[in-house]
Amino acid sequence: MITTCRSAGRPGWGWLLAGAALATMAGPAAAEEPQRGGTAIVHMVSEQRVLNPALRASTGVYNITGKIMEPLIDKSYDGPVGVLATDWSSTDDGLHITVNLREGVNWHDGEPFTCDDVAFSAMELWKPLLNYSSTLQQYLESVDCTDAHTAVFNYSQPMPLGLFVAAMPDLGHPVPKHLYEGTDIMRNPHNTAPVGTGPFKFVEYKRGQYVIAERNDDYWRGEEYPYLDRIVWRFIPDKSAAAAAMEAGEIHESGTNSLSMADIERFSKMDGFDVGTKGYENNVAHSTVEFNHRNPILADLKVRQAIYHGLDIDYAIKTIMRGYAKPGRGPIPSTGGANYTDDVTTYDYDPELAKQMLDEAGYPAGEDGIRFKLRHRPAPWGEYTQLWAEYFAQAMGEIGIDVEILTNDAPGFLNGVYRDHDFDTANGWHQFRSDPAVSTMVWLRSGSPKGTPWSNQFGWKSDEMDRMIDEAQAELDPAERAADYHAIQAKAMEELPLIFAIEHPFISVTSQKLHNHHNNPRWISSSWYDLWIEH
Amino acid sequence: MQLTQVLTYAMRRLLQAVPVVILIMVGTFLLLKLAPGDTVDALVGDMGGADAAYIARLRAEYGLDQPVWVQLGRYMAKLIQFDFGWSFVYEQPVSAILWERLGTTLMLMGTSLSLAFSIGVGLGAIAARRAYSLTDNAISTLGLVFYATPSFFLSLMMILLFSVKLGWLPVGGLTDVAAFYTGWDHVLDVVLHLIMPTAALSLIYLSFYLRLMRASVLEVADLDFVRTARAKGAGETRLMVHHIMRNALLPVVTLLGLQFSTVLGGSVVVETIFALPGLGQLAYQSVIQRDMNMLMGIIFLCAIIVVIVNFLTDLLYARLDSRIALK
Repeated sequence: MITTCRSAGRPGWGWLLAGAALATMAGPAAAEEPQRGGTAIVHMVSEQRVLNPALRASTGVYNITGKIMEPLIDKSYDGPVGVLATDWSSTDDGLHITVNLREGVNWHDGEPFTCDDVAFSAMELWKPLLNYSSTLQQYLESVDCTDAHTAVFNYSQPMPLGLFVAAMPDLGHPVPKHLYEGTDIMRNPHNTAPVGTGPFKFVEYKRGQYVIAERNDDYWRGEEYPYLDRIVWRFIPDKSAAAAAMEAGEIHESGTNSLSMADIERFSKMDGFDVGTKGYENNVAHSTVEFNHRNPILADLKVRQAIYHGLDIDYAIKTIMRGYAKPGRGPIPSTGGANYTDDVTTYDYDPELAKQMLDEAGYPAGEDGIRFKLRHRPAPWGEYTQLWAEYFAQAMGEIGIDVEILTNDAPGFLNGVYRDHDFDTANGWHQFRSDPAVSTMVWLRSGSPKGTPWSNQFGWKSDEMDRMIDEAQAELDPAERAADYHAIQAKAMEELPLIFAIEHPFISVTSQKLHNHHNNPRWISSSWYDLWIEH
Repeated sequence: MQLTQVLTYAMRRLLQAVPVVILIMVGTFLLLKLAPGDTVDALVGDMGGADAAYIARLRAEYGLDQPVWVQLGRYMAKLIQFDFGWSFVYEQPVSAILWERLGTTLMLMGTSLSLAFSIGVGLGAIAARRAYSLTDNAISTLGLVFYATPSFFLSLMMILLFSVKLGWLPVGGLTDVAAFYTGWDHVLDVVLHLIMPTAALSLIYLSFYLRLMRASVLEVADLDFVRTARAKGAGETRLMVHHIMRNALLPVVTLLGLQFSTVLGGSVVVETIFALPGLGQLAYQSVIQRDMNMLMGIIFLCAIIVVIVNFLTDLLYARLDSRIALK
């Protein structure tokens, strides 16, 4: 279990003391009487373009809109919980999913929330316009409203209920139909001034500066909630300046690794701050090494295995990730629940074996000690990826592979790897989204059109794997489904289409003035109705 | 220098500027197109992925599926009507954002440059008059230190001292968002937020003026007309103000003109560190996000500012040295 939430002292103990840390965190916080009122100030590194989670599925968008707009279903540590939905069920053939909706919920403009909103959002936004969701909902035929608070999702191919429920926290935010119907949805002004049902109402978005949301007095959970009067998200692009603001008490929360690793480590030793990865179980990512299989050298399985043996993953975790990570075991992280298995082939750090395997594969070292050269593109997703790329180049150097690093910004990287296929190896993040079917399998399945980012653009093709993925996706029985994904994981670790080298959740730095924080597995994206601040 | 003369001159300069600006716009448009990736790539990168059909539809909607020449034609046609287009990043018209940002940057740059100019010129003149004395050494060394300090380092050190350790000044931003000040409280709030960025920028610029002024004064002080004036009995103060300073200022004014032209680029680092919503930060973000319309708008604004500042510099030249005529 990846649960470390640390306060002052002893950095890195989290892994060992996960349970103990959890207990000390939860204990006093639960016993204290929550205080009403106050403003929580949250740090954001980059600006959000659109504030509509039904149009743009990304953690950055949820970070703000999760407080204003709510999904049908959210996640808790005990499993899925209904938010705008109260319960859900599926027919045996998996073709119809019935969702009962909460009654007595109003949009922020006073209009009641009904099934019409859900049906409209599903057919007009989730299916055609929302990234990832258009894949998820490709077989969605219609949504019927049997009454004002019952929605029936009709599919032309079986939709596993588990997959539907797992996807809803991210891909199931309804928008108010009466504000969107008959408008140009992509240009609707409410995309940047959201109207939702959540505990906070949108107030103002000042570009380049801040977003403000204030308490919704008409919140369906009752008058008691939310505790806070206001949330302010401040855009501070410079990480060092943000760390200073945190230290000066000007911001209370900096999530998703928005500070530099050095500062995060510093805060973990300072009084008054909680530093940890708890609350990100649903946002776990892998640091990867991706191969271009069009290169005949890399198409050789033995070479890929040798490369894996040449990587000292534990060293990388200790130095680059400062201990906040663990070795990857294939496409599904250890937080993946029943679908995860660690019964897979692993590759220990053994540079001598790596050299021997490269010799056997027919790539002996030349006079200069170099076997062959690779052009490597690191993704520019911050500190982790850059350092991981540098480590990769260094580790490869030790087994006689000369790696040249080609640095790009985001559009340059995406083009170079996913459209132009102009690379030998690449590395980046691969974020897991609650269920393997939602986003994970596109890395392994062949046939995604050229230029699709974060899909199999590596030229790796296995009919067997394609078949396994398709079967797992349509499997309705949860136990069978888990077995299918275990098999996929084992195969991915055997054939190494890419290396899911390091599994790491995000890290938050939180002022201890905040209470009830990081209390669910997608906390930064959740509604914060129970968050309160000491004042 | 008569008004009609100045106006004719202004008119001619304006006409000359038109082809220059057009050339700049076409050139930058094509240059920017050479960068790999477009705004849809950046957008998809932010979103954490999307399927191919979605990407294709976005690209069509933004007109990015058209050949470069068509895109350029469309853009220039709009620009002629002073329509800067739509920012797909901000989902707002480019002009609205530019206006908002220009104020912050002009305020920051205006204050920093005036401070840097006046203090720098003053210190430079003093240093030159007491050349190689202790005062001169102290001033020159200080100038060198600030000259050699990178702006990000200076800014961060100031934040560390005044915000984190002493708690006197706010770390960043333009206002205290959670406080909701109005009226004079708001003005005071903005002033407090601008103290550190202004100080950081002006300290770095100051050293340029200081060093240039010192060298310039030393050079002019040795010229014949100064000796003549001194022989004719001019006092030291009159000599300094009327004869030396006025002539020594010419190269310094050139520098002021040049630096004001970099108004947008010059403050990128400081704006980013202090999270000030100015044009510098906007330009930087726009490059990363491949927000073409926004970038082109910024460059257009830059070009216009350079033309205006050059014109004003020339006027100032003519005022300072009557031998320079406006032709």
